[in-house]
Formats: sequence, C-alpha cells, structure tokens
Amino acid sequence: MSRLELGAWALGVLVLVVLPQALSLFQLVQYTVFMIYALLALSLDFIWGIAGILSFGQAALFGIGGYVYGIVAINFGLTPLALLAGALAPAAAAGIIGYVAFYGRVGSMYFAVVTLTVTLILYQVMGSTADPRYAVGAAELGGYNGMTNIPSLSLAGPAGQPVGPAEGFYLAGGLLLLVLASCVALARSSYGRVLQGIRENERRMELLGYDVRWRKLLAFAISAAIAGLAGGLFASWGNFINPEVFSLPQAAIVVIWVLVGGRGSLWGAVLGTVLVQYLASLLGQAGATYTTVLLGVMLIAIVLLFRRGLAPALTEALAHAVRRRPGMAARG
Amino acid sequence: MLTRRQALRRFGAASLGLALADLPPGRGQAAEEIVVGTLLDSTGPINIYGLPMVDATRFAIDDINASGGVLGRKLRVVQFDTQSNNQLYTQYATQLILESKVAVLMGGITSASREAVRPVVDKYGALYFYNEQYEGGVCDKNVFCTGVTPAQQIGNLVPWSVQEYGPKFYTLAADYNYGHISADWVKLYLQKSKGELLAQEFIPLDVVDFGSVIQRIESARPSVVFSLLVGGNHIAFYRQFAAAGLNKKIPVVSPTFGLGNEQIVLKPEEAEGIVVIYPYFQELDNEANRKWVAAWHQRFGAGYPYITDSASTVWNGWHLWAMAADKAGSLEPAKVIAALESGLTFDAPEGRIALDPQSHHVVHTVHMARVNDKKGFTIFKTVENVEPSDTKQVCDLIAKPGQHTQYTPKF
Amino acid sequence: MDQVLVTAVGVLFAISTLVLLALGLAVIFGMMGVVNLAQGEFLMLGAYTVLVSTSHGLPVWAGMALAPFVVGAIGVLFERSIIRFLYGRPLDTMLATWGLSLALVGAVTLVMGPATEGIATPLGSIEIGRYSLSVYRLVVIAITGGTVLAAYLVLGHTRAGLVARATMQAPGLVAASGVDPRHVFMATFGVGAALAGLAGAVMAPLTGVVPSMGLAFIAKIFITVMVGGSTVLLGTAASSGVLGLAESAVSYVSTPIYGQVAMLTLALVLLRLLPDGISGLWRERR
Repeated sequence: MSRLELGAWALGVLVLVVLPQALSLFQLVQYTVFMIYALLALSLDFIWGIAGILSFGQAALFGIGGYVYGIVAINFGLTPLALLAGALAPAAAAGIIGYVAFYGRVGSMYFAVVTLTVTLILYQVMGSTADPRYAVGAAELGGYNGMTNIPSLSLAGPAGQPVGPAEGFYLAGGLLLLVLASCVALARSSYGRVLQGIRENERRMELLGYDVRWRKLLAFAISAAIAGLAGGLFASWGNFINPEVFSLPQAAIVVIWVLVGGRGSLWGAVLGTVLVQYLASLLGQAGATYTTVLLGVMLIAIVLLFRRGLAPALTEALAHAVRRRPGMAARG
Repeated sequence: MLTRRQALRRFGAASLGLALADLPPGRGQAAEEIVVGTLLDSTGPINIYGLPMVDATRFAIDDINASGGVLGRKLRVVQFDTQSNNQLYTQYATQLILESKVAVLMGGITSASREAVRPVVDKYGALYFYNEQYEGGVCDKNVFCTGVTPAQQIGNLVPWSVQEYGPKFYTLAADYNYGHISADWVKLYLQKSKGELLAQEFIPLDVVDFGSVIQRIESARPSVVFSLLVGGNHIAFYRQFAAAGLNKKIPVVSPTFGLGNEQIVLKPEEAEGIVVIYPYFQELDNEANRKWVAAWHQRFGAGYPYITDSASTVWNGWHLWAMAADKAGSLEPAKVIAALESGLTFDAPEGRIALDPQSHHVVHTVHMARVNDKKGFTIFKTVENVEPSDTKQVCDLIAKPGQHTQYTPKF
Repeated sequence: MDQVLVTAVGVLFAISTLVLLALGLAVIFGMMGVVNLAQGEFLMLGAYTVLVSTSHGLPVWAGMALAPFVVGAIGVLFERSIIRFLYGRPLDTMLATWGLSLALVGAVTLVMGPATEGIATPLGSIEIGRYSLSVYRLVVIAITGGTVLAAYLVLGHTRAGLVARATMQAPGLVAASGVDPRHVFMATFGVGAALAGLAGAVMAPLTGVVPSMGLAFIAKIFITVMVGGSTVLLGTAASSGVLGLAESAVSYVSTPIYGQVAMLTLALVLLRLLPDGISGLWRERR
C-alpha cells in the first residue's frame, strides 16, 4: 500500500471519528443517509468496476434489503438480526438470478437489461400491495405508500433505545469504511484479480482454465449483500421503505453515482454519490423550478469535462501536486 | 500552457463554486421572524398538483404577515422542492425540523410523500399539516389533515349518481393506495345506496393506452363510470373515451378529476359534462371567494390557469395554524395542538370550515359541479358541513392521544 | 364477432405504437450504440411541437408533419454539442443523456408550464356492432406501417441508407471513399430524434401532454430495442410485435397490470433464450 493510500485511509477514519463533533444534528442525519447511499453505490462499483458486470438491479436489491429489514424488525423486534436478514435475503435473490444468468451464459449487456426488467417487475408488484391483506405477519406492505413505522436499529435488545443520530452516523460510516476496505482487499486478492481479468477479457480467463461462472455469481451475491445491508440501514434511518426504490430513476441514479465518481476506483463511488446527492439536495433547497435543469446541465458538464469520472481526475491532480516538489523539474 | 480541457475544467470548477455560494443558506433569520417550513413538488410529474400549492403557500404567508403575522411576529417560509422524490421528503423534513427549527411543517402531496414525512415528525415531536385530498385514516397526534376525504366526496357523489344516472357502476381506479382504499369506499356507499358494482379496475400510474379498458366498459354497459384516475398519464383515458364517442353516451363522475387541471389539458368537448365534487371551486359565488380570487389574480396574473382545491386547502391550513398559535399564545407544538383541538372555525374562501378536535380533520362543505366549456366548472349542488366520518369513526385523539398511525378500512 | 374485430384493432394499435416509439431508439442505440436516456424527452418535444403549432392555428396534421423536422433539428443540435464527444463510450452517453433528460423536462416545464391545453383526438369514431372505435387508431396503424416501410426502403435501397449502414460497420472505409463519417453520425442521430418526434406527435392526440410524459415510455422502448437485437428494423418490428401482443392481449383478457407484468416477463424469457435478441434468430452472432 502506498504512503498516499495509507494517508487517505487514516484521514478517512479520522474524519469519521471527529466529524460528529463539528456537525449539527441535521447534518449528522443527512450525512448518514449520504453514506448509506454511498454503500449502495459501492455495491455497484464492486460488481461493475471490478468484475465488469453492469447491474441495473442494485437499487432493487437495496429495496429488498429494506423491506426484509422492515418485516423482521416489525414482527420480531430483533433489529440486528433484521439487518443481517436484510443483507442475506438479496444475496439469496442474487444467487438465483445470477445462477440463471451466468450459468446460462447471458451476455453482459443483456444482463443489465435483465436486472432492469426484474426491477421494474418488482415495482409493479410491490406497488399493487396497497390492500391491508398484503402483509407478512404484522408488517403491512402498504403498496405505493410503502411500509411505515419501521423500528430503528437498536443495539440494546428489542425493548432498548434505538440508536441516536450520532450512533447512526458512526454505524453507517463505520460499516462504509469496513466494506470499502474489504472490497479493496478483495479486489487485490487472487479472487479479485481473476475478477478483473474476467472484466478485461472473459474468454481469455476461461481459456486459462478459470471457471468464470461461479466467480461471477459470487461477486454478484457479494454486491447484493452490500446493497441489502445499505437497504436495511436506510429503513432503519428513515423508518420507512417504499416501492420508489424499484423505479427506473432510482435504478439509474445508482449508475450515475458510480459514473460520476469514476468506476473501478471504489472510493470514487463514495465520492460520486455524496457529490450528486449533495447537489440535488442543495438545488432543491433553492425551491425554484429550475432545479432539474441545473442538475441536468451539471451532469452533462461533468461527463464532458471529466472523462473517467471525478475520482481519477482527483487522484491525478493530487499526484501531480505531490510531484511538484522543489528540486524536481516543474511540469506544465 | 493550458490545454483547452484544463481551461474548461478550471472554469467549470469556478462557476460551480460561484453557483453554490449564491444559493440561499436557509438559516440566519431576523430576530423577530418565525421560521416555518413547506415541502412541495415544484418539479417532476407531481408538480401538476404542486405548483398551485406552492403559489398558495406564498399567498397565505403574505396574507398572514400583512395582518400582523403570528404572535406579532412575521413569518418567514422556507420552501424546498422535493422534486417528486419521496427520499427527499424525509431528508428535507429532517432538515427543516432539526436545522431550520421550523415552528410548523406543511406539505406532502401524494400519500406516499406524507408517509415519508410522518415518521420524522413523530420522531422529533414536530407539528405537521398535510393539506391535500387523500384516502383518510391518518390518526396522529402531531398531524392535521385539512384535505377532503372519501366520506365527504365519495359519500355524497355515489348516492347522487345512483339517483341521477342509475345503479350500475364501473369503477376505474389508479393502482395505488388512494385508488384501492377509495374504491373500497365506493363499494361501501354503493351498497348503502342499493347500487350494483359491475366491475372495478386498477390501472397502473404509467398506463396511457386505455383501449382494452374502454372496450370492457362498452361490454359491461354501466349507468355511470366512477373514475379515481390520477396523474398526467391517466388523462389519456378521458381523451380516448371521448375519441370513441363514449363521453356522450356514458356519464363519468370523479372525485379526482380537476385536481391536476385535467380540464385545461383536455379540450372542452372532451371533458364537458364530467361531474366532480370538491369543497372549493374557483367559480364559487360567495363574497369571500370573489375577493380571494380577485386578489389571487392580482398577485399571480389574470391568466392563471385555475385555482385548484389543493391551493384552497393549503390556504386553509396556514390560517388554521396561525389562528391556533395566536390562541395558544405560543409556538410550542403541544400548546398549539391543544389550541387546534379546541374547536376552531375559519372563514375560508370555500365557506366556513371547522377543524374537528378528535380526528384532526376538517369539516367541509362540498359542492358538485360539471366541467363546462370554459375550462372551469359549473356548480349545481351543495352539501353543507360534511363530517370526515371515515376517519372520525376510528380515530379519537382526545380520548386516545398517543396514536401515530394510519387506519385502513377493513370491510 | 364485433368484439373480436375491435380487440384485433386494439392489439394491432398497441403493437404499432410500440414500433413507432421504439424505432427512433433502435436507430440511435441499435445503430450508433448511444444509450439515449433522453429518448422519452424527444418524444415529448414532438408532442409539444404539435401542441404549439395547433395553438397558432395550424391544423393538427401540419403539426404532425412538422414535428419530425423540429425534433430532428434539436437532435442534431445536441449531437453536435454533446453526443459527438462520446461515441464509443456508451456509459458516458448514458450519464450525459440522463442529464439532458432532466434538463429538457425542467426547461419545458419552465417555458410551457406543467399543464397545457392539448389536442382532442381527431376524426371521431365509427360503430362496429355494439362497440365504438376511434378512427384515429386506424390512422396510427397506417402511419406506423408507412414509416416502417419508408425506413426499410431508405435503409436498404437508397445510397444514403447504404452509407449509413456502412458507416456503422466500418467508418474508416467510408471515410476513405470520400464521405465524412462524422456527418453521417450527425444525420443518423437526427433521424433517430426525428422518428421520436414523429412518435410523440402521433401520441399527442391520444394522451395528456405533460413535460414528464417521456418517463412512461422510456423503460418499455429500451427493453423492446434490446429484445429486438442488432438488426434495426426487423428486430425492432419483431420485438414490438411479440411484446406488444403479450401486453395488449393480456390487458384485454384481464387488466393492464398483468399486461405490463406479462410483457416484462416475456422480455426476460426472450433475453434468456436469445442472447442476441430476436435478431439472433436470423443472424450470425458477430
């Protein structure tokens, strides 16, 4: 690990620990959800940036995680268990879809469309559950209104106090850093390197003797677990989940986050998410009708000006600045 | 030597920085002002409902300030555009309550958006007004719903339709919570009026081809089509119904038509004759409304498309809160809630309304009207002081104050 | 009997609208590889063109004839300013066109407002047995047929079509023979936008025209084009036929909800069975 990287990690941990002291209550709550979204974006960057498989279904896996968390939390009150269930259920779903797709050798562009189609089917289905009889135990699915009154995560047992904003921030941030570190480590492991080889040229990896199918399936399941974890955290944060997570704009925005940040760098996904969401949130506060025009124009500008996303541009700029030390020839 | 790309990047960054610096920070008020918050969709598909409500908010705040404000202090409204996105409702609600520390939060248009806001309001003990027609049933100490509900609309529209047109109903409802619950209410009132439900269909919100639906309606030969269709895409039904010449053969009644200015998007010959029912119409012929409409047109222009019932509801909501805060002598939610539960009445443009203490809903006078050929409505019947019985019969927040839920009818 | 006839017309109409809507995207995405998330907004612009021209006194048909040119020109404008920097980068086109879509919806809302008076469906209705049928639906079927025929003739039997197809496959060769591929890209994108404009204009008398109307179509047409595969015309036509048939047939038998789910499920099945979409049935996988 280079010194620059080590420094960046240390900085990240430091910022996470120190930041809550400096933030207002509202900012704590808002940055928490940004980090939850970033976790979702990370799940896509793992399956896409590392393994090269474009999935439009990360938002759907996020949604499944949220709904499962809600169902388990409302029925049993064991919220840490609910969070775990929220991570595992999408992984199981991804296992099934992945099996059908990868063992059936579906092409990559078509995998993207398949995941989009499944997401849209879920949108229709979950949206039709408005009738109160659509409930799992005590948890009503709620149709387009969604599932409400979902209990927040509580680390002190079912009757205990739910986590407050600061604890929520640490939890989301801590999990984000942990998952980020794990993904980076995984990408550098031999499994991860084979994945990247699959991304570069799948046929070559097959000819070299690697079974690409289970590797892709595993990668998809891992990304699903990450997305589901984010979904559970989201349901805990907002105390609700609704079918909007299965809509086309939501499915697309996850891709946008990763593209803006630069896919493949993993931390770029975090950067892209925070930037886009912060901008959208800021523009909405202006309260005027030109918000969508501005956001659209900004996205176009980012694409045209930053070819590979913002993260690579930033690292380049940083490395450039570091290189410009006295004694070295100045570079234009 | 800068490449063009580098120059563009620097320019872009500088502009971005300038643009961000220019945006209003949303904090730091004059010492005397009261900060209040509103969340409405100015952009995205829901803005067909949202934009008149945004205008009504400004109009109401200015009016309250012109008559001395609340507790002698002026109101400053912080308005966020939730961009038809429910996640933003939760985010901005949290921001308005925690950071801007608003004395009251008003807003939400679809029921989904309201349900995204309620948990936040309950979590932080804030006061919240939902000023829009909806399916009824919200029973929450911190929440006041001033919009018109099924008992008030459907409860009158169904018996009248059975009398006027006949007993055989064909229900078309938007496929989401409001549609499903309202369709259940239609069934209930139809039973009471000895009518017959031939069929009910739920249409997803993004359907634009109603060919199959219209064909089934023709097969069934109902006396009347009861429409609970919602949103821009569903306007296609009325257009295609008229294209098949059916608007002259089968009457359509609807408690949702007009809220999104459908009568403006459709041509007069397509929409004429559709029967609707609301507490407020721009055409209401009373002293208070004549003045109100004139003031609205002076403020927003004589060419304003149409002042919707939602706009009037928003106006009512702000004034009810202002009255209660003045009565309570305080901005503290608990005290204002107590004042709101003291049996307030208000002289609204629609007439006199009363805020029901037990259910936190409003007693409305409803009017029935037909779409006319001037992109408006001609009122022909009035029913006074209709209680929000749908919510009232299950919700008593005076006897049981600790509730934070929405009841759904089980038939 | 009359019910069968009216249902048949209804199903054919549903297929036709899908073909018309998907054709523009088939050109832009199928031929050029640009993931145009703003295609729904090009549709919307076509619908608004008709609205604006009728409000200035032009007959509806004139507005419909005008729409492809107007939207085609707008398409060329965006191609020159944004898209041409992004060829070969499909994911970046996705991001840019998403931004374009947001900007267009916002801009139209600012200029036109959220609720504009629309156009009633022209030509009235005819009686078929106990059912009334809107004559305009038959016109739409005819317009679609004409458009598909025209596209087939242009693409397959004119020099322009030949140049377009050649440029998509081997731009270098085309350049060597004296035609600037960049001009071909520009024209092709314009044609794709024009087709969307035509589709939107045709839809305008059938639905409520609002700035966000594109959202209702975009997912459906993308899936249709993908299931169609790489042959622009036959693939899209076949795919629209199959998917449109599934959606409308199920809608006629039960309700629109099941119709939509049926269409999506069928798309899934087809994608699983045919890696290159329906085109794979008659084409070698390249």
